[in-house]
Amino acid sequence: MTRTVLLTLLSHWKRRPFQLLTLILGLALATALWSGVQAINTEARKSYDDAANVLGREPFLVSKTGALISNEAFAQLRRNGWLVSPVVDGWLPASDGRVRVLGIDPLTITPSNPAGAAVAEFEISDFLGREGLVLAAPATALRLGNLGMRVRSVEGVAAGMAIMDIEAAQALTNTDGISRLTVLSDQPLVQSALVEVAPDLILEEPDAAADLARLTDSFHLNLTAFGLLSFVVGLFIVNGAVGLAFEQRRSVFRTLRAIGVTTGNLVALLVAELVMFALIAGGLGIGMGYLVAASLLPDVAATLRGLYGATVEGTLTLTPSWWLSGLAIAILGTALAAATSLYQVARLTPLATAQPRAWAMASSRTMRLQLLIAGLALFVATSAGVLGSNLLSGFTLLGGLLIAAALTLPTALVILLKLGQSISSSGPLAQWFWADTRQQIPGLSLALMALLLALSANIGVSTMVGSFRLTFTGWLDQRLASEVYIGAEDEADVEALIAFVTPRVDAVLPIWHTDKDLLGAPGEIYGVVDHETYRENWPLIDAVPNVWDLIRQNEGVLINEQLARRESLKPGDQLPMPGGWNATITGIYSDYGNPLGQAILPLDTLTSRYLDVDRTDFGLRLNPAELPNLRQALTEEFGLPPENIVDQASLKSFSLQIFERTFAVSAALNVLTLSVAAVAILTSLLTLAAMRLPQLAPVWALGISRQTLGMIELARAVVLALLTFILAIPVGLLLAWVLLTVINVEAFGWQLPMTVFPLDWLWLLGLSLVAAGLAGLWPAGRLATRPPADLIKVFAHER
Amino acid sequence: MVLSVTSVNKSFGDVAIIKGVSLTLSPGEVLALTGESGSGKSTLLHMIAGLEPIDTGEISIDGNSLSDLSESENAALRREKIGIVFQQFNLIPSLTVAQNLTFQARLAGKKVDIAPLAASLGLADQLSKYPEQLSGGQQQRVAIGRAVAASPKLILADEPTGNLDEQTGDQVFDLLLSSARNEGAALLIVTHSDRLAARADRRKHLSRGQFQ
Repeated sequence: MTRTVLLTLLSHWKRRPFQLLTLILGLALATALWSGVQAINTEARKSYDDAANVLGREPFLVSKTGALISNEAFAQLRRNGWLVSPVVDGWLPASDGRVRVLGIDPLTITPSNPAGAAVAEFEISDFLGREGLVLAAPATALRLGNLGMRVRSVEGVAAGMAIMDIEAAQALTNTDGISRLTVLSDQPLVQSALVEVAPDLILEEPDAAADLARLTDSFHLNLTAFGLLSFVVGLFIVNGAVGLAFEQRRSVFRTLRAIGVTTGNLVALLVAELVMFALIAGGLGIGMGYLVAASLLPDVAATLRGLYGATVEGTLTLTPSWWLSGLAIAILGTALAAATSLYQVARLTPLATAQPRAWAMASSRTMRLQLLIAGLALFVATSAGVLGSNLLSGFTLLGGLLIAAALTLPTALVILLKLGQSISSSGPLAQWFWADTRQQIPGLSLALMALLLALSANIGVSTMVGSFRLTFTGWLDQRLASEVYIGAEDEADVEALIAFVTPRVDAVLPIWHTDKDLLGAPGEIYGVVDHETYRENWPLIDAVPNVWDLIRQNEGVLINEQLARRESLKPGDQLPMPGGWNATITGIYSDYGNPLGQAILPLDTLTSRYLDVDRTDFGLRLNPAELPNLRQALTEEFGLPPENIVDQASLKSFSLQIFERTFAVSAALNVLTLSVAAVAILTSLLTLAAMRLPQLAPVWALGISRQTLGMIELARAVVLALLTFILAIPVGLLLAWVLLTVINVEAFGWQLPMTVFPLDWLWLLGLSLVAAGLAGLWPAGRLATRPPADLIKVFAHER
Repeated sequence: MVLSVTSVNKSFGDVAIIKGVSLTLSPGEVLALTGESGSGKSTLLHMIAGLEPIDTGEISIDGNSLSDLSESENAALRREKIGIVFQQFNLIPSLTVAQNLTFQARLAGKKVDIAPLAASLGLADQLSKYPEQLSGGQQQRVAIGRAVAASPKLILADEPTGNLDEQTGDQVFDLLLSSARNEGAALLIVTHSDRLAARADRRKHLSRGQFQ
C-alpha cells in the first residue's frame, strides 16, 4: 500500500514539472548561498588553526620589554636544564603581500612541534644554514617566487608561512637575536627557576589562533548573516511551492484518507517525499555553493589579508562535514518551509472540503496575525537593542526589524494600493487594476517579502558602505597628512636618513611603533613628536583640553576608538601599559580599518619604555613640488627601492583599494540575494498565472484583449516591485542605522556618521523594476498568447 | 438583423462539433437554444461572442463580420455590442457590486445611472458588497445587470439559471427577459429547461452539432 500511495502522491509532480522545478530551485538556491558562506568560513578558520599549529601549542619565553632574546640567554637557559628551542619570527615581502618567516633550530626542536615535524621529513643537513631549504605550503611557495631560496612545497604547513633555519631567518629579516624560546613539552624534573636564570624573560601561553579568530570573528559573522538572509529568501520560494502543491492535492489527500490511509501514513509519506526532494536539491545546492565559495574566496582572502593580516589560501578544501551540513540545512529548510502544510494535512479529516481553499486569497485574519507577529518581532528587536550590548543582541535587533518589516509588508501594500486607487484614473480598467492587484497580494506576499528583504539589505549595506567610504576618505585626508612616507631598509640607516632629509624638508615625523598587548588583546603602541601636523589634522573624537600640550609634556596617551569602546575608556581614565606602568588617557581618535587597539605616546616615552621599537618608518612634510627631487636623492644616496618611498596620493589610493576589496564580498552577496528574490517573484507569478485564469477570463470575455491583459499583468508586477521598493527605503535606512551605530560598534569598535545616497537608490530601483519586469514578462507573455480555448474552459459548465 | 450565423462549422481535432449551423436574430427577439450536453450549444454561443474562432462559415453581429475583425476589434465589438451572462456568474471578485454592474458599460465608454438599474435588479442595498458576500441568485442578478448596463444589441446567456434552484431560476429568467426587452436587445439564451425555453419567442434544438 505504501508504494501505491507514494506513487499517487508523486504523480502530482509528474503533471506539474515546473512546480517541481520551482521547489528544487528554491531549495537549491537557499542551500547554495548558505553552504558557500560556510565553506569560506571553514576554510578561513582552518587557515587560522594551521597557523596556530605551526607556531606550536607549547608555552614560550619572551622578553618582558619586548626586546629580542640574546644567544647568551638561550645558552644560559639550556645550561640550567631548560629544554628550550629558539625561534625567529618575522615578515618577508612577497608577491601579493607578505609572508611570515618562522626560523627554527632543527637541532633543538622536537617533532612534537608541528614545525619540527615538517622539518623532520628532510635531511637536517639540507635544512641548516642560510642556503638551507625553505618549507612552505604550495600556494605560498609560489608567492615566494624568485627570492633565490630553495623552496620546497609541503602540505600541512600553514598558508602564508615559510619555515627555515634560524640563521636564514635572521639574515632575511635583519634580526640579530631570538624572537622567543619555545619551551619543549618534556622538561627535566629539576631545573633552576626562570627568575634566577633569565630574569628578563617571562613565560607565556600560545594564543595566536585565539587572537586571529577573535579579530576576524566579526567579519565571519557578517558573512554568516548574509548567508542566512539568502537562505531565508530562498525558503520563501520553497514555502510557496510546497504550500501550493499541498493545496492542489487536498482532494487527493481527502480521497486517500477516505479509502483507509491513516493520517500517520499520509504525513510520513509526505515527509519522505519532501526529504527526497531536500536531498536532491541539497546536493545541487552544495554544488552551486562550491561555485559561489570558489568565486568569492579570492576576495575574502584579500580582505582578510588586507584588514587583519590573516592568510587564507585561495583554494577550497571540502570536508565531509561540510557536505553533510549542507544536506542537513537543506532538510531543515524544507522542514521549516513545509511545517504549516504538514500540520494542515495532519488535521485533515476525510470529510473535509475537496475544494482548494483560496490559497492565494488574503484573509484579513491572516494579515492581522502577521501584524501581531510583526509586533512581537519588533518588541524582541527593541528589547535586544535597548538591553543588549554585544554582537548577538545587535543581530537580534537587525533580524527582528527585518522580520517585522517583512510581515508588515502585505498590509502596507494594501494601504498603498488603496491610496493608488484613490488618486488614479476612475476608469473601470484602472479601478479593476488596483482592486485586482490588491487581491493578488496574499499570493505574492512571500515573494514580495523576499524582495523587500533583499532590497532593504541592499539599501542598508550600500548606505553603510557609502557612509564608511565617505568617512574613510575624509579620515584618510586627516590621517595621512604627510606628503611622503619613507621606510628605511635597515634601522642602521635611519639616523643617516633623518640627517640627510632634515635640511631638505619642512619636518620629519617618525612613525615608530611596537606591537604589544593592550589590556590583554593584541595592540600597537606608536610614538609621535609634537608637531602642528598632528595638532591640525589628527582625527580626535574626544579629548581633554590642551591635549597636544599634555602629550608634549609626556603627560598622557591617546588611544583609538576601538580600544576605548572595547574597554569602556574615556579621557581622564588610566590605561595600564605593557611593562607595568599606567598612562592617563588624554584623547580618543578614530582609526577606521584597524582591528587592533592602538595607543599613541610621545616618541621619547615610547623609546625609553620599550626596547623593541620598529624605527624604520617616518613621514615627511615638504612642498609637494620637491618630492621628485627628494625621491631621486634618496634612491641615489641610500638605494631605497621605490616601494619604500610612498607619496600621500599612492598611500591613499592603496588604502582605498583595500577598502573596496573589503566590501567586494558584501556587494557580490548583495547581488546574489537580489537574484534569489527575483527568482522568487518569477516562480510566484508563474505559479499564480494558472490560478488567475478564472479572474482574467471574464474580463477578456467582457472585451479586453489578451494582449492588453498581458500588459496589465506585466504592469502589475512592476507596480508591486515599485511599491515594495518604496517601502524598502525606510527599512533599508533603518538597517543602515543599526549597522552603523550598533553592529559596526560591536563588531569593529568604531561608529560612523550615516550619509544617505539617493542616487544609488535610482540604480537599485531600475534593477528591481527590470528584475520584476523580466519576472512578469514570461507569465504576461504566456497570457497574451494563450489560446482562447484555455480561457473559455473557465466558462465551461463541467469545470 | 442583429445576429446572422451562416453555415458555420467547427471541429476540435477530428471531432466536428458544429455542422453547418445557420440562424438569425432580430432586435428585441428572444431565441432559446436547447440541446443535450455536448451537443455544441456553448461552443456556438462562444463563437457568436467572438471568444472561439470558427472554421468555416460566417457570423455577423450588427453588420460586422467577426472573420474580418482583428482581436482588438473583436474585443471592442464585445465591449460595445454584446452582453454575456455565464452560468458561473463570473463576476470580478475584487470589485464591488456597483463596480461590477457598471464595469462593461464604462469599458465601452458609456455612462450608467446605477440607481434605477440596481433598483430594477433588486440590488439597491447590495451595491457596496463584494460578490462573495452575495447569494447565487443575487450574483446572477449582478451578472445580468452587467450585461444589460451597456445597452448591448445582443445578449448571450449561457445556462443562466443552471446553478440556481427553480424558484430563483424563474426570477432570474424573468429579470433577463424583461431587461433585454427594456433595452430592445436581442437575446440568445442557452438552456436545458424546456419550461423556460417555451417562454422565448423562438426555440431551436441543437443535436450533435446540427439544428433539428
